[in-house]
Amino acid sequence: MSEQAKGVGLPGWFWQAFAAPGVIWLLLLFIVPFFAILAISMGTRDPIFLAPVPIWNPLDWNTETFTGVVREILFGGPHQVVFIRTLAYVGVASVLSLVIGYPVAYYIARHAHRTKMILLILLIAPWWISYLMRMLAWVNLLEDRGLVNSLLQKIGLIGGPINWLNGRPSTVVLGLVYGYIPFLILPLYAAIDRIDQSMMEASRDLGASPARTFVRVTLPLSRQGILAASVIILLPMFGDYYTQDLLSANPRTSMFANAISRLLFSRTGGAEGSSMVIFLSLFLVILMFYYLVSTARAAREYER
Amino acid sequence: MSGATVAAPIEDRAGTLAGRFRGWLANPWARPRFLVILTWAYMVWSIVPVAFAILMSFNSGRSTVAFQGFSFYWWWQDPDAAVFTNPDFVNAIVQSLKLAAGDMLIATPIGVALALGLARWRGRGRGSANFLMLFPLVTPEIVMGTALFLVFSNLYESISLGTPAQLLGHVTFSISYVVIVVRGRLFAIGREYEEAAMDLGASPFGALRRVLFPLLGPAIFASAMIVFAISIDDFVISTFLLGGQESNTVPVLIYQQARGGPRPSLNGVATLMLVGSMIAIALALIVTSRFAKRREAGRASAVEDFARFEL
Repeated sequence: MSEQAKGVGLPGWFWQAFAAPGVIWLLLLFIVPFFAILAISMGTRDPIFLAPVPIWNPLDWNTETFTGVVREILFGGPHQVVFIRTLAYVGVASVLSLVIGYPVAYYIARHAHRTKMILLILLIAPWWISYLMRMLAWVNLLEDRGLVNSLLQKIGLIGGPINWLNGRPSTVVLGLVYGYIPFLILPLYAAIDRIDQSMMEASRDLGASPARTFVRVTLPLSRQGILAASVIILLPMFGDYYTQDLLSANPRTSMFANAISRLLFSRTGGAEGSSMVIFLSLFLVILMFYYLVSTARAAREYER
Repeated sequence: MSGATVAAPIEDRAGTLAGRFRGWLANPWARPRFLVILTWAYMVWSIVPVAFAILMSFNSGRSTVAFQGFSFYWWWQDPDAAVFTNPDFVNAIVQSLKLAAGDMLIATPIGVALALGLARWRGRGRGSANFLMLFPLVTPEIVMGTALFLVFSNLYESISLGTPAQLLGHVTFSISYVVIVVRGRLFAIGREYEEAAMDLGASPFGALRRVLFPLLGPAIFASAMIVFAISIDDFVISTFLLGGQESNTVPVLIYQQARGGPRPSLNGVATLMLVGSMIAIALALIVTSRFAKRREAGRASAVEDFARFEL
């Protein structure tokens, strides 16, 4: 932006005044609530009902519950089992999403010419279908007498119906993939679409095979997109409890966020639940900052 | 585009079927046949379960598993368990629409103003405000839900859980989406029109009202539609700020009933909401694409813009 564009005779506070309502809203309903998590986690208990009571002054905070939760996650205990399981499910689900998602995004960005529009619409559609509806769809399909079981029985792969919806890690992981892959493919598509076609052409012209061009040129150039798209789905997956509740609802497949929601809405578990939320936020904060910084950089470049 | 043909392998141009097949045998990776199959398989996998769930809402039997014939029985004929006759369903539909409409009316103006402020103000505080705006987008919903639940039950106690808290929560996660959509458009417009208006004697507010707002119109409309759709689809914030059965939204209802032997009418309610959010998004697409065609020839289509829509 040029220097002269700055002025045009406007008072300095003119544009800030526009931002004010939004900034105040987010301070009161985003930052302060964050602080409430800390106040509950580091608070005390009601002596009679044992319900958590917040302490708003950081100087009086009592970190016992929080350190207890962290110790239990890091050094053994039921929370650790659940946390490792969550890491495994989320890890497998995001790798699967990438393995399926990258080729699809690549094809649509690079090779789909006449069908590009319809494919893009089909890609966008799941963004705007409620996640819960999409899980409900799988509950319908996976019921004992559902379509999946009857198809598998018809072609003779299984003798009797399989109970898909009770304590099966594979069902939960596939549910996560199904749920979050649309949010991965679209940013991947955007990243691959942005790559300058002439790079690939140069590589081909200089004698590289298609496979080599892909590995040495396309893939490195889409690294940023792969990272950003993975972060986009990793963040909500770690906070997901409803997929497990709808597709399994069994303690054997219970995830970290299941424990959070159970504790938070119990009469006495508020402090422990909040401590787990703080732990999860600290765990995810690196991913969040990576994403924020890279989008801020992209926005600055765009603005220029 | 001229370069694309240079890089295309020669097999591509083999016209006959046999030629194509020989080419494919020689190098199955040359043309993305494997990618075509994978892509369409993915599309089928991504759409068919939902399509099946929609079909089930028109089932004449009471199962959500096997289709027994087409009927509207579970939409309005069943005396107390159909979409429009079951009081819980009707209540959830009304609650979802109420929240979405309220969210749209509050979040859109706040977000548009914030986008203008962030795009135009230079100097101190801008970076932090920008960061604050982006943060809700990357915060996992469970963290935001916990934060809001705790603040409404411990600090802002005058705001009761249920509709008021849910509405405030929805607005909180929606503002950033409005900012992103409108800001993208603001960058594209640039400052020249406004400056020209002010050079010609318009006041700052005059330039805003008569020049910038008309130019931003489609983006503002699109952002309102997006807010409507994300509000209808939201589950976590609505659940965490639930005040009781009467503040159930449709996704909350699905969560509560999906595993308890649901009847086709549950699929019906879900379908209804899907139609609502699809209409909103289609409207947003149509308005932005018409506008793009009129103003800037050769610009990417609105669908592609949407596909590139990043946080």
